[in-house]
This record gives sequence, structure tokens and C-alpha cells, in this order.
Amino acid sequence: MCTTCGCSVGAEHASQDDTTGRLVRLERDLLEKNDRFAQQNRDRLQQHGVLALNLMSSPGAGKTSLLEQTLREFRSHWRMGVIEGDQQTRRDAERIEAAGGLAVQINTGKRCHLDAQAVGHAMLQLPLMDLDLLFIENVGNLVCPAAFDLGEAVRIVLVSVTEGDDKPLKYPDMFATADFMIITKTDLLPHVDFSVEQCVAHARTIHPELTWMTLSSTSGEGLWPWQIWLDQQLTALRNAP
Amino acid sequence: MHELSLVESLLEILASEAQAQGYRRVTGIALEVGHFSHADPQALQFCFDVAAQGTLAQGAVLEITHQAGAGQCRVCGSQVALANRYDPCSRCGAFGVAVSQGEALRIKSIEVI
Repeated sequence: MCTTCGCSVGAEHASQDDTTGRLVRLERDLLEKNDRFAQQNRDRLQQHGVLALNLMSSPGAGKTSLLEQTLREFRSHWRMGVIEGDQQTRRDAERIEAAGGLAVQINTGKRCHLDAQAVGHAMLQLPLMDLDLLFIENVGNLVCPAAFDLGEAVRIVLVSVTEGDDKPLKYPDMFATADFMIITKTDLLPHVDFSVEQCVAHARTIHPELTWMTLSSTSGEGLWPWQIWLDQQLTALRNAP
Repeated sequence: MHELSLVESLLEILASEAQAQGYRRVTGIALEVGHFSHADPQALQFCFDVAAQGTLAQGAVLEITHQAGAGQCRVCGSQVALANRYDPCSRCGAFGVAVSQGEALRIKSIEVI
């Protein structure tokens, strides 16, 4: 072990001066494999006219609750599937199934995000030809999922009013890569120190075109605009050349 | 710690190139990490030291170079340096500078034997 920093390099530091070594130019992107699988997923989804939405947020922002409400309210309107990402357990998949949805659970183990390969495998367990919407509930984490394209059509970031309205400034990568922001748990607004205007202003300094809405899965406020927004996205996907 | 996933991708690339490029061991890796790349150089270094054990890159020196952030202002069109995604244009003060550089996560070159 290296005595300076404790890294594992150790005696191998000397190998830099190995005269038999040669330099190979590679110019290869670390995310190229993920991006290749993401493109495959996107092609399969497009082929079946399925709108895939990647839901990302901190743990507890209300992703699963929103999906439960969406399944209960709109199951006669769309055919919906859900891919659930969590480190452990099938609890969220069970909640989705109890709400009448079709769910595939991915357990990421030690991993803190979903990747396109895992999502591609999960998609094989769903009847894509029979679906309109595919929700991908990412691991609750406002950092790591930002780096990984899953092949989704829309990236949604959720922020609950019980968090700080400065979350967009603290976690800019997530808000920079999201296409849409949902501010959740608005039924709690009278009880918390959260300004919707401030949160939107902060998000828009990072991502000026970011569109957004507010809703409460508990009171049902905002569910109707959510339905209209989803309809617009699905129509846009199916009318794309 | 999604840096571990990134390091695993790096090791896969090194293994996949070994035959085509005709090498048995990797002794050095030049990795370019962009200012806005969602990856932390120290975490990459730490994960590399752990994950490279027992691979053809065990003991290799991982040299991480920083790619600075830059962008183009949507209002005045200037190319400006960017320290944060949400910084205003340093020329005209407008918000919404489009990032044009700083997203790299690239293996530039490797030293092999």
C-alpha cells in the first residue's frame, strides 16, 4: 500500500518509468456503454409508441404516492407499467400492484441509481405493445441518477414542499438534466416555510426552459393538469416523425 | 457514489481494448473529467484503487485532468468561462448560458505494456 495516501498503488508507482511501455490513444467515453443501451431502450419504446418517464427525487418526495394515485385515477384512460428502482425490497412494486398497476422491481443492491442496461432487462418483463405509459421510478437520490440516460422520453424531478425551496441550487446537476419539475405535497404548504415561486426561480436560474407544475397526491390537487400534461407528451411522442 | 459504476465502465473499456491494441497490462490512464460531469475526481480515484484490484489495471496511475466549464450566452452570443451552471454571462449579465464545454468523462490515452 502507498505510504503517502494509503491508496493501493504501492510499489507499482515505479511502472510509470517502465521503458517498455507505450502510449495508446483511446478517446473513449465512460458513459458510452450506458448510452448505447439507452438508445436501444429508446428505439424499442418508440417502436411501440410507449411514453417512458424517468422519475427522480430525494427519498420520500412522493414518487410512489404519485404513481399510486395516477394508476388509481387514470387506469381506464391509459395502459401503464412501472419499473421500480430501490436498493432493497419489493415494497414499492407491491404498492403499485395494489393500486392496479403492472410493476417490475429492480433491486440495485449497493448501487445508488438505475442504469440503462438494468432498465432494458426490466422492459423485457413488460408487455410493451400493450402499454401507453412506462414510469421508471429511479432510486431516491438527487445526485447520482442525473448522470444516467435510461432511454426515457422525459426526465422528471420531484421536489416536495417539506424540503427546502433551495434544493435546485444545492443539486444543480439534477435540475439541469431534468425536462420537467413537479412540486409535490402542496396540501402541506400552509404548514411549512416553502415558497413555490422561490423554488421555481432557483430552478430556472439553472435551467431557464424548465417547465413545472404543483400537485398533491393526498388532496388530489393538480392531478387533472398532470393528466393533461401526460396526454400532451404522449401525443407529441406518437406524432414524432 | 455512482463513481464506482463509472470506474467499472472504465475497467471494462480497458479490458475490451486489450486484445485489439495488444497489451497485457495498463500502467497509466489519462482521464479527462469535466467541471459539469456529475463525477468527483477524488471519488473516482478512490473507487479506482479499490475496483482495479485483480484486473489488468491494478496499480496503474490514474491521472485525472480537469476540463474547465465554458458556455455560450443565449443573449449576446459570447463564449464565456463558467464556474457554475447557473452563472450569468460575464459579458452581458444575462442568465441562461448554454454549457458548451465541461461535460467530458473521457479516457484520453493509456500507457500499456
